[in-house]
Amino acid sequence: MFSRAYRTAVTLPPLIWVTVFLLVPYLSMLCYSFWSVSASQTIVHSWNFDNYRQLVTIPVYWQTLLRSMWIAARVTLFSLLLGYPLAYFLSFHAGTRKDLYYQLVIIPLWVSYLVRAYAWKTILGSDGVLNALLQYVHLTQHPLDFLLYSPFAVVLTLTHIYTPFTFLPIYASLEHIPQNLVEASHDLGASTFQTFWRVIFPLSVPGVLAGATFAFVLSLGDFLAPLLLGGPSGIMISNIVVSLFGAAYNWPLGAAISLSMLVLVVGLLFVSERLEKRNGASHE
Amino acid sequence: MSETSTVQGSRWLLLHAAVVFAFLYLPIAVLIIYSFNGAGVGGFPPRDLTLNWYRTLLADGAIWESVGNSLLVALAAVGIALALGIPAALALDRAQFPGKAFFRRLVLLPLILPGIITGLSLLMLFHTAQIKLSLLTIVLGHGTALISVATTEVFAGLQKLDRAQEEASLDLGANYIQTFWRVTLPNLKLSIIGAALLILTLSMDEIAVSFFLIGRENTLPLEIWARLRRGITPEINAISTIIFVFSLVAIVLWYRLRARAQGAPEIAAELVETAFQGD
Repeated sequence: MFSRAYRTAVTLPPLIWVTVFLLVPYLSMLCYSFWSVSASQTIVHSWNFDNYRQLVTIPVYWQTLLRSMWIAARVTLFSLLLGYPLAYFLSFHAGTRKDLYYQLVIIPLWVSYLVRAYAWKTILGSDGVLNALLQYVHLTQHPLDFLLYSPFAVVLTLTHIYTPFTFLPIYASLEHIPQNLVEASHDLGASTFQTFWRVIFPLSVPGVLAGATFAFVLSLGDFLAPLLLGGPSGIMISNIVVSLFGAAYNWPLGAAISLSMLVLVVGLLFVSERLEKRNGASHE
Repeated sequence: MSETSTVQGSRWLLLHAAVVFAFLYLPIAVLIIYSFNGAGVGGFPPRDLTLNWYRTLLADGAIWESVGNSLLVALAAVGIALALGIPAALALDRAQFPGKAFFRRLVLLPLILPGIITGLSLLMLFHTAQIKLSLLTIVLGHGTALISVATTEVFAGLQKLDRAQEEASLDLGANYIQTFWRVTLPNLKLSIIGAALLILTLSMDEIAVSFFLIGRENTLPLEIWARLRRGITPEINAISTIIFVFSLVAIVLWYRLRARAQGAPEIAAELVETAFQGD
């Protein structure tokens, strides 16, 4: 029903824009990653694999990448532990308050990410709210200085930020479970736990995968929370990239690291999508 | 399982939910309370309640200038994202072309990609093209990254759209442009307003992409960032509180509008879901 001209008119502009502002930039990142920086701080357009070789051979790079993945894995785990039971509660036990609770999960998303990270900083600092509270109630005599500027602070803050993101797809997948499946399970004599484990949980796996991917990928690439709250031991891979594009001035190496992250992320998305599809297929 | 243990299970779930909500709202509560704290941020209990920080904030030209910049950037980003996201959604819904699956993935990628990658890749583009960094480069960055949101929302709207209406319009002699303006667009009104509001707030809050594309003028998040590097000031609590209250009012208004038109709002869930759907 739509003419060729119509289809061209709606396809061409976004296609061109996306090519210029997404595809070409990713490709230029790819090019940069094979270039190098000369002693006089100019970018040399000679093609080589040196940046990738450095990435593998210089410990600080791959160690930081591993640490970032470890931080992201903990954030993902905690977000799931907080988000899943909450979604389950809303979906099956909240009754008429469901919509209200749902809004309550969403509202923190409207407070700026940066501002929430900053708020955690004012809570965790050695003269922060938490330490003052602990001393006020005489639980401690001196401020605890291990709270802020540590991987702990980064994991805590990122968990706070990504819990609603993990909650959303899980909640959506729980809401899509037909009520009669759950009832049938109960009628056939399954306990609440059996019903959860054999019926509800398998059907919510796609939501869990989506939420976990979201939390892992976005916290893996974060550089602001580590800068604000991480201290030297909480440095993540993106912080290295930021410094390579700033004071350290080595764009090609920075591009190589970014591109490795991009490949890692796209690979993860691919795997999680595959798992979701397989999971969906096995229940049909 | 007996009734009592089910009730107990639901009690544990309720307790867990209370803990999660406390965790989600603790920093926001601290933020707001300490914006009225005379002694500054930190210390317990809060004392010397005052509006001084709000007074300081009102007189702070740099902050308001950055708020203006952020609004400007966000409005322009909404324009770009809608101008390209609406056709992109129509294309995904109605056209067949080689590389369609790839195009779809490419458009949605910035939604799930860490901002640093989007920001840096655009920085390299602008550097190569010798475009000076300014608010304009931030607009291009936000606009491009947020096409994903517009496409997702409008595409979801198109799925619910009854095509017979458009067909009828075409049969009755209206041309494609008339049909688009008078039938398609009015039917997508809610999706478009929803997308616009979401893009507006996401852009106002965006920092990872802006971080790399900033020229001499700051957006609000970057202005806050610059101040944080110098030290903590309750002025940041005050401006954040004001913006939080504004967003709350906007959300409530939007849900009123949407609830009147259709059932339960699921906009954010829709977005996260679509970001993960294949083809």
